[in-house]
Amino acid sequence: MSAESPLVRFENIQKSYDGEILVVKDFNLDVAKGEFVTMLGPSGSGKTTCLMMLAGFEPATNGEIYLKGKPINKVPPYKRGIGMVFQNYALFPHMTVAENLSFPLEVRGISRSERETRVKRALDMVQLGEFGGRRPMQLSGGQQQRVAVARSLVFDPDLVLMDEPLGALDKNLREQMQYEIKHLHEQLGLTVVYVTHDQTEALTMSNRIAVFDDGIVQQCAAPAALYENPENAFVANFIGENNRIMGTVKNIDGEHVSVTADSGDNIVAHKVNIENVGDRTTLSLRPERVFVSPEEGSVDNVFSAKVEELIYHGDHIRTRFKVCGHDDFIVKVPNSAKHSALQENNTVNIGWKVEDCLALDA
Amino acid sequence: MKKIINKTLISSAVIATLAFSSAQADDITVVSWGGAYTKSQVEAYHKPWMAQTGNTVVSEDYSGGLAEIKAQVEAGNVTWDVVDVELSDAIRGCDEGILEVIDPSILPAADDGTAAADDFLPGSIHECAVANIIWSTLIAFDTTKYSTAPTTMADFFDLDKFPGKRGMRKSPKAMLEMALMGDGVPANEVYDVMSTEAGIARAFAKLDTIKDSVVWWEAGAQPPQLLADGEVSMTIVWNGRIFNAIASEGQPFGLIWDGQIYDLDLFVIPKGSKNLDAALDFVTFATGTQPLADQASWIPYGPTRQSSIAKIGTFHSDASINMVDHMPTTAAAMKNALQNDFEFWADNQDQLNERFNAWLTK
Amino acid sequence: MSTAELTLTEDGIPLKEKLAKTTALQRRRALLLTLPLVIFLVVSFVFPIGQMLFSSVHNDKVSAVVPTFAEAIIQWDGEGLPSEQIFEIFVKDLAAAKKVREIGRTVGNMATRINYEMPGSRSLFTSTARKAKKIEAPYKENLIKVNKKWANPTIWLTMQRAARDITPAFYVAALDLKYDENGDIVRADELYQIYLNNFIKTLGVSALITLICVVLAYPVAYLLSVLPLRQANLLMIMVLLPFWTSLLVRTTAWIAILQTEGVINDMLVFMGFISDDGRIQMIYNQTGTIIAMVHILLPFMILPLYSVMKTIPPTYMRAALSMGAKPLYAYRKVYLPQTLPGLAAGTLLVFILAIGYYITPALVGGEDGLLISNLIAYHIQKSLNWSLGAALGTLLLAVVLILYWLYNKLIGIDKLRFG
Repeated sequence: MSAESPLVRFENIQKSYDGEILVVKDFNLDVAKGEFVTMLGPSGSGKTTCLMMLAGFEPATNGEIYLKGKPINKVPPYKRGIGMVFQNYALFPHMTVAENLSFPLEVRGISRSERETRVKRALDMVQLGEFGGRRPMQLSGGQQQRVAVARSLVFDPDLVLMDEPLGALDKNLREQMQYEIKHLHEQLGLTVVYVTHDQTEALTMSNRIAVFDDGIVQQCAAPAALYENPENAFVANFIGENNRIMGTVKNIDGEHVSVTADSGDNIVAHKVNIENVGDRTTLSLRPERVFVSPEEGSVDNVFSAKVEELIYHGDHIRTRFKVCGHDDFIVKVPNSAKHSALQENNTVNIGWKVEDCLALDA
Repeated sequence: MKKIINKTLISSAVIATLAFSSAQADDITVVSWGGAYTKSQVEAYHKPWMAQTGNTVVSEDYSGGLAEIKAQVEAGNVTWDVVDVELSDAIRGCDEGILEVIDPSILPAADDGTAAADDFLPGSIHECAVANIIWSTLIAFDTTKYSTAPTTMADFFDLDKFPGKRGMRKSPKAMLEMALMGDGVPANEVYDVMSTEAGIARAFAKLDTIKDSVVWWEAGAQPPQLLADGEVSMTIVWNGRIFNAIASEGQPFGLIWDGQIYDLDLFVIPKGSKNLDAALDFVTFATGTQPLADQASWIPYGPTRQSSIAKIGTFHSDASINMVDHMPTTAAAMKNALQNDFEFWADNQDQLNERFNAWLTK
Repeated sequence: MSTAELTLTEDGIPLKEKLAKTTALQRRRALLLTLPLVIFLVVSFVFPIGQMLFSSVHNDKVSAVVPTFAEAIIQWDGEGLPSEQIFEIFVKDLAAAKKVREIGRTVGNMATRINYEMPGSRSLFTSTARKAKKIEAPYKENLIKVNKKWANPTIWLTMQRAARDITPAFYVAALDLKYDENGDIVRADELYQIYLNNFIKTLGVSALITLICVVLAYPVAYLLSVLPLRQANLLMIMVLLPFWTSLLVRTTAWIAILQTEGVINDMLVFMGFISDDGRIQMIYNQTGTIIAMVHILLPFMILPLYSVMKTIPPTYMRAALSMGAKPLYAYRKVYLPQTLPGLAAGTLLVFILAIGYYITPALVGGEDGLLISNLIAYHIQKSLNWSLGAALGTLLLAVVLILYWLYNKLIGIDKLRFG
């Protein structure tokens, strides 16, 4: 395999179940060896369909998927050599944990002793060395999840697919498992294609994230880039928290745009994907990038805002302001002496820099 | 409007109750074998008796045997008042105490004044039963199937000369006797032969010769149907049923009287009948000279009173058919005829039934 | 120690006692709710089965008819003929019994009972009873003069056995055995053996029906479990359709279809596969019984299978495929084992229903398609030998219980899933 050729390539993939609606419209993605790529999107956005096409459980209606440079549309799933972790683990209930792990090895005709060593190694890897004799139902959710991961790895696949594997776990366990999977990925140099609708999970684990909506990849980039530089309003909104102010483009000056908010306020923002003066635009602002009572001249936009609600979060105080005609404008105010004076119904100045306020499509 | 409906409902309910209670007092249930036979009884016995007494007869069908009578009597809930039974059942039922004793002195004298005891044929008045007809089991064949008509019992068992399926009753009773007569035993020696083990073996051996060609029937209505459908070309049948198929439906069936087995049917009253007086009245009426003679115009079963024989007329729907000629009691029919030996069957039917069933399934 | 360790409530009553008190009402109410069912089960199930077990070993038709004689003959040593004294008691008892017309206590009842074990003896009793009043001493000599069959010791041995109310005689008959002239139990003559063979046949036919049901039901149940809801519902209705029509109608329909002049034969003749003389006998024999019973019992196999298959998510198969198992291997190793509880339930259900099926074989069984339940029905309805019917019924029940026990041993009843 040449250095340039990616491990997985989706090329102009389209998928329709009923011949009328395309659930995947035009999907293109390359996954390099060793990469952890997450397909993120709301349910029904087509992300799971893409994963199933890669696994071979759904045929692509149009386009071609390549694995190690070879087209695999006509290769049945059992010949693809792809490990897979399912949403509800899909551990075989009538087999013990060890038998579950041994299954893919048996299929490959690996000798009994070799199987035993590899099963043991895989179980040790997920810290379940002593649980080989148990049935899946006798394990906790987290343990079952680990077994499922171990089973998908035990036959050393080139590629591991994970379909919302942590969806059934509670919050703490989910976070813990995120790190464990991440570590396994790093230690073993795995190539992982991961599907989730949880953006935190995606941000935590991935090298790259493909954000899906409506059958189209809205943006595919590293987590930081997605957060800092969303290419459109959907991505900005879907990844992380943001405040939105609707308005009309009044003037474009290079990277800067002047926008008249619907409340009549004038806001200067950073141009992202708007074209013409007079276009409708969504201004996107991260809550942690807004300053309360900013020093004179330190920010480009300053508005008078009324404090509607204060929610105590320990390290910060989540403050809801009424500003520029919106009363759901959220600001994360650091819990410092300087800001402890904020009171509900007070009016203060808040402000933000041009580069933190993105002018996106409406 | 509502009121009127209510009134109507109430009055009809009252009428129904009255009708029901008055009917209950003089309702008797008469049980017989169904089909053309019951029809003849309804016409000749039930209708005139109802006209004369104002009582009602409810007619029910059954397929013979003492089981239902025994069950009713033992449960103390007797709903049948008069039952038409075979001789062996009349004797056995009387022996076991499940039938009412019928005092022969209540039977009326003949029209010509002959006392009942002299008028009835010998053997037709029993402790618990009064006979009403003589009926016969004989052979009927499809005349369209044979250029030379079969004439003897031996012909029935001769598959070479008279090919085709045979219909037989699924019971050893009468079938064993016929097998022996078919094997050349004269009618008057049949029961002597049958009382030996060798004789029984001989009868079964004869049945063996045609076993593969036999279609077994259970209800009396079946054999005429089997003949008509072409399922069999020759069958053992009850004479009344087959006459009806010939006379009423014009079927091309021929009869063989050689080796016929005749038997009595008798009226009995289950012990504990709730309408004993009415039931006794019905039995004495039905076995009177005229009703017995009338019944014979519907079906060619011979009346059990000598005084009735002279009064037998023509077939009810075809005056060209003289019913006397079709009775099992004509001189021609009696040439080689056998009367069913109830005592032999009372002694041996359990054992022979077992042997017959074992033989059937072999 | 007990007081020290007993947990007390605030008011000093032991916690257990208090708990029992507070929940007593609840328990009583729960019991009250199940009471109608318990009564129903006792009346409709426990009691009749008890009755059946009892009547299969109990028959008092001799001791009820000739009570004094019954007591006397039991004392007899069985050598030669009984004493003159026993003959005298017999004749007097018989004369007294002749007058009785009470149900179940007539000479006819006793004669029938003895006739079961000694065929042909019925008329000996009824005819002798008519003359019993006139028989005088010496009784032995005169009785034998009335009918020389009384000189046969076997009749007295048979009466001695039958004089005991509790008797194994009906099980002896039900197992194709009989008493020989010396009163020893021997195998019945081959010509009279029907029950054991029929039991074996019934088991064989039931097993075959079950097997056919498995083969036919499995794919249907699978299809049902994977089809989209709309189609699955339609298919389900078709599966359940047999339940909505009367058994008799269904069976009659099979007769119309399968008989020699029926639809299938007509079609085969029309298409030239068979000649008009070569029509195939598909009904009134074992084939007919099997076809009709498979049709009737099929839903009992499909439903448990379906209910289990429905709970097996498709991801198991996908997981197996993704691990490299070929579809057939994945199916055998992953899917099939998970359907076993439903398969087991369906198998047990169909087999036990088949073993006791009565109406279908009676209608379409002909002579060789009759099953053991038809023989039981024969004894209950026709021959009126209820004790033998009960003995056969008890044996059938025993067979079912043994199968159930075996099943529990091999598969485990807790594995059963009906839905």
